[in-house]
Amino acid sequence: MAVEAQIPYQEALDVHHPHSWLTRYWFSQDHKVIAIQYGITAIGVGLVALVLSGMMRLQLGFPDSFDFIDPEAYYQFITMHGMIMVIYLLTALLLGGFGNYLVPLMCGARDMVFPFVNMISYHVYFASVLILLASYFVPGGPTGAGWTLYPPQAILTGTPGVDWGILTMLVSLAVFIVAFTMGGLNYVTTILQARTRGMSLMRMPLSIWGIFMATVLGLLAFPALFVSAVMMILDKTIGTSFFMPAISSLGEQLDYSGGSPLLFQHLFWFFGHPEVYIVALPAFGIVSDLISTHARKNIFGYRMMVWAIVAIGVLSFIVWAHHMYVSGMHPYFGFFFATTTLIIAVPTAIKVYNWTLTLLRANIHMTVPMLFSIAFVITFVVGGLTGLFLGNVIVDVPLSDTYFVVAHFHMVMGVSPILVIFGAIYHWYPKMTGKMLDDRIGQVHFWITFLGTYAIYYPMHYLGFVGVPRRYFANGEMAIIDESVLLLNQGITIAALIVGVAQILFIWNLIYSYYRGRDSGPNPWKATTLEWQTPETPPRHGNWESTLPTVHRWAYDYSVPGAKDDFIPQSEPPGGEHEGSART
Amino acid sequence: MIVAIMLFIIVIGSLVFNFLSPWWFTEIASNWGGIDFAVFVTFWICGVAFVLIGLFMVYTTWKYRRREGQTAVYEPENKRLEWILTILTTIGVVGMLAPGLLVWDDYVNVPPQAREVEIVGQQWSWSYRLPGEDGILGTVDAKLISVDNPFGLDPEDPDGQDDILIEREALHLPIDRPVKALLRSKDVLHDFYVPQFRAKMDLVPGMITYMWFTPTRVGTYEVLCAELCGIGHHTMRGTVVVDTQEDYDTWLDGQQTYAQISTRPQGDPIAGQATYAVCAACHGPAGEGLVALNAPKLSGQDEWYLRHQILAYKQGLRGVHEEDTYGKEMAPMVATLFDAATTENVIAYIRSLPDDPAPVTIDGNADRGANLYSGCTVCHGSDGGGSHGTFAPRLAGMTDWYLARQLQNFRAGIRGSHPMDNLGKQMGLMSKQLGDDDAINDVVAYINTMSTRMTQTAMRQTIDDRGETDGG
Repeated sequence: MAVEAQIPYQEALDVHHPHSWLTRYWFSQDHKVIAIQYGITAIGVGLVALVLSGMMRLQLGFPDSFDFIDPEAYYQFITMHGMIMVIYLLTALLLGGFGNYLVPLMCGARDMVFPFVNMISYHVYFASVLILLASYFVPGGPTGAGWTLYPPQAILTGTPGVDWGILTMLVSLAVFIVAFTMGGLNYVTTILQARTRGMSLMRMPLSIWGIFMATVLGLLAFPALFVSAVMMILDKTIGTSFFMPAISSLGEQLDYSGGSPLLFQHLFWFFGHPEVYIVALPAFGIVSDLISTHARKNIFGYRMMVWAIVAIGVLSFIVWAHHMYVSGMHPYFGFFFATTTLIIAVPTAIKVYNWTLTLLRANIHMTVPMLFSIAFVITFVVGGLTGLFLGNVIVDVPLSDTYFVVAHFHMVMGVSPILVIFGAIYHWYPKMTGKMLDDRIGQVHFWITFLGTYAIYYPMHYLGFVGVPRRYFANGEMAIIDESVLLLNQGITIAALIVGVAQILFIWNLIYSYYRGRDSGPNPWKATTLEWQTPETPPRHGNWESTLPTVHRWAYDYSVPGAKDDFIPQSEPPGGEHEGSART
Repeated sequence: MIVAIMLFIIVIGSLVFNFLSPWWFTEIASNWGGIDFAVFVTFWICGVAFVLIGLFMVYTTWKYRRREGQTAVYEPENKRLEWILTILTTIGVVGMLAPGLLVWDDYVNVPPQAREVEIVGQQWSWSYRLPGEDGILGTVDAKLISVDNPFGLDPEDPDGQDDILIEREALHLPIDRPVKALLRSKDVLHDFYVPQFRAKMDLVPGMITYMWFTPTRVGTYEVLCAELCGIGHHTMRGTVVVDTQEDYDTWLDGQQTYAQISTRPQGDPIAGQATYAVCAACHGPAGEGLVALNAPKLSGQDEWYLRHQILAYKQGLRGVHEEDTYGKEMAPMVATLFDAATTENVIAYIRSLPDDPAPVTIDGNADRGANLYSGCTVCHGSDGGGSHGTFAPRLAGMTDWYLARQLQNFRAGIRGSHPMDNLGKQMGLMSKQLGDDDAINDVVAYINTMSTRMTQTAMRQTIDDRGETDGG
């Protein structure tokens, strides 16, 4: 084929070789090192957010029992928890971490197209994390405006961290977006330009499709957040009125006039909704590959899966105002956004069907990555279906701003992608380190995490049916609730604390297995994709021998009838060692 | 195998939880049965999808778990199956969306006969405005909002003169009459949320939003704020009372218009002096408070707070709890203030009394108290001077033993427990932060250190007042 005869873009590339410890591990331009830097930083800051969520749960389950949790601290916990988890953990880990690690390896490239920019990207991200965490050390502490940072409240007295905290938050976000843009341009360009010979778009593993589409979304969506951050900084510091109408705050007239709080909400969600898919699409892609590999069966309906990813990506830009049904925007928007939102359910449902249909007539190896993948599917089914409640505009009216929303988005974009991330780490850790993660610790970690998170969030929906509002420091006496609500909250808190503590197992496994783990060999899962076919494990800088691999087939040749083995690597020519002579 | 069993337990467990759960929507009290119906339809379609997918996964993980000699079936795609599933999903989606959009169409189109009620939110309380006899709400402007004009009504607009103002009190609505709620915020985002009405909408500063509903059940309902509005968000409660038409008319007759409130006669301190003689028996001739008689200091307290508390006693919101011994002593005393003029006169007299800081009687750790007080600052001010904007009384320089006792009462629910007493409820929620009596004493000790600063504030206040008078 013509494609296979072309000389790949990076074939003759001489990658920058490291000289010292510093350029090897800190200012490295190797995408794999950068990926691990992103991963460690994201997990580190994610642990901070995990602790914050534990403190929130303590207050909700056992109100008035902890002196150090007052309303101010509580609202700071929820804000920092939300923002860290969505941006600094999930986005950074899935794209900065897995995107960086997988894109060149799975595409058969030596490195990212712009390795220097890639290195800078990580360090700018690291700076944004430091700025964010610095908000705990500025006067007044971090902002307590909620992760949506809605003005006017975000920059007015009455909200914690109104002097410094909100500024560190906004500056940190702006810096993060700079980092993301540098990384994102790299992922997109590398996928489009640096695929090896034979790796046509429709032969790419779904992981790469998910990462690609998510990055495109990010590049188009993050600018909206960037401008809103800049405009809010100006409203706060020099008194412009982008988002601020004429207001009297706590009995005092302020000088603002003519701005619109709704403008911010539109900008925020124009970013915020694609952001859901920026997190979800890489997870969708990765989990497809995990399920296929560990079920020893081709992913069902590959082309449909690709088009579903593309369709979801495009649609995700015209559903944003479903976060604003009761915001006071023009009510006729409700018709439009409810319709687009429910349309997006169709490609999403197809993905779910195809995952489950991949399991049908498969040969499922219940490895830890497979366990996490199955847990993802069932969790995502709950989270996706409850999304139909909230997307269906009139059903959203009684449920919006209640615990139903909290339960829904934690299921769909908290727990679901996290389960995929765990699965992916168990899956690719051997490639990253040459060691297997400990299976028994992995099993225990899996069961506590999966059952625990289900026990937290499934019952939480029912608090929302009751009508318990979210973002309440305490419910106190409330006409619609009785003691049973507190009881349920206590149960949820206990489950949350168990799940939180259980993550120590995971961290321990990462460290323990690095030193004591079983050697994995180059391809422990007998997977087909290119990263498992590298000459060395872990792959060295430059990934491949002097010639790049040639791709001869799609990524899902598992259990091909008549083939000698139950997998045929993408780089294997027809009639190669795994296939035998049976089929060409 | 364990995976299939666990998935089975999750599917069945979720169903069992659902059917045994006592947690469900509270009984509806409005016309929005359509919303409940849309929830019902969505719930069942989604519920069936969940069970089907879940059980299918139980089957596949059971049947196709790894076994000796088993190989997977190579099946890249199955166009027919994929199309069938797509069409089934689309049907399910349309089945949810169609009834949903029909109800939404109702929700956003207000029937012409609906009567307007304005709902005004501010940190952290609810107020309301009804059009008077002319049926028209007068124009408002955020720039006009002040202590004397909390709604920001245009004093020149004749339509506004007969508007009925309900500041921080319960809103009454007649049963079975559609209401168009016009929502307005003075400061930040809020959301008017009465769970029994199902309807909900944000209040956005700078614009008027709306929603409509018809109350269908007589009763008293709690208003919650459903949009994060700062540290007092969870304490922003209000009350809506749905009345029969007769009860509503009676209530409406007792309400005051903007014209009445803005032309309220100034109290006459001289006339108030005679009435105050009764009060002086306990509160002291100079309003300085007497600990032996459990009567707090009155002099120096803001007039709007005095007025509000007198009203609270009169309405039975305060001084009714069994354990509120001294509140119960006060309750009958307000009967001596038999009309508005008498009340205003007494308040004017109290305002004329010398404001000397009350003696310190409470021992506590003021440093620790300073930390605890950080939660109080937003409403009561960093100088303890109180704020009409948040409707928080002055604390600094007032009788400290009284502050301590009231904090204990709030925390124990002895004060602020009346369902209609929303400001009391607010303080009740905030006082929970003070874990024990030591914490209360510490915070009061810190408030005592503010008395000196208080004097300076009072001077500044006088200058401000003068400035305002000049301006107006």
